[in-house]
Amino acid sequence: MDWVVFGVSAAVVLVGALGVVTSRNPVHAALSLVGTLFGIAILFVAQRADFLAVVQVIVYAGAIVVLFLFVIMLLGVDQAENLEVDPLVGQRPAAVGLGLAGLACLLLPIAFGKWEWLSGQPSVVGPAHTGTDPNVTRLARALFARYLLPFEATSVLLVIAVIGAVVLARRPLGSERLDETVREEP
Amino acid sequence: MTVPGAWYLTLASILFVVGAVGLLVRRNVLVMFMCVELMLNAVNLTFVTFARMLDDIGGQIVVFFVLVVAAAEVVVGLGIIVAIFRRRAGATADDISLLKG
Repeated sequence: MDWVVFGVSAAVVLVGALGVVTSRNPVHAALSLVGTLFGIAILFVAQRADFLAVVQVIVYAGAIVVLFLFVIMLLGVDQAENLEVDPLVGQRPAAVGLGLAGLACLLLPIAFGKWEWLSGQPSVVGPAHTGTDPNVTRLARALFARYLLPFEATSVLLVIAVIGAVVLARRPLGSERLDETVREEP
Repeated sequence: MTVPGAWYLTLASILFVVGAVGLLVRRNVLVMFMCVELMLNAVNLTFVTFARMLDDIGGQIVVFFVLVVAAAEVVVGLGIIVAIFRRRAGATADDISLLKG
């Protein structure tokens, strides 16, 4: 049963990822991205990270992809892009070759069973599964005790992001007045 | 019958590489941004897998913070993209290589 869940969601994740990279229309790419994010959420559930799976669906599929689609529609850039022409000769084979080399480097420690090279020391913060506490309780206990300061820092980060978005998206004052006069003329 | 963590790590590596190759290959700024999201998700999957393998909740805490940072990053990045497109419509990544207006 676990293998079936893993196989199906891994296939969804990979098909979605390839769809993002290869689709000519940005809207199709965004929809493929939703598939990938849902597959990742299923894999989170399969590894008993229930809270993160829910947050993944709400934040990524619910907010971030909608924001992408909103910007695509707002800017009117949903026309198909011609992928036949290679803008820089030999760039694509070089990119794929570089990617395969990187994949080989990533898979090497996994293939030899030496994933401690990637992960470091086991069990630093607290157990994730042993015991009877639910997942949310464990997360909250670690987040609001040991990681309280980083948690507060993220709130500052979000405020900075909001202010940055407002500053970036604001029109300069002169052009705004121009728009109003144009609108009033007829 | 649980799936060994190595399978999840392999899937996450493949997902990360697909995202990285897409970032290098595509020229549409929005699609490049989506490829960054793919890479972030691959890393999130790795963290959750290690949280399971090492029985340590710290991996899931990191994923929580990555989610917050990704949300902030998308907001600011899309703001930048909107500002660029307002100046010149239909710009690709090749057209904005001058680092000046």
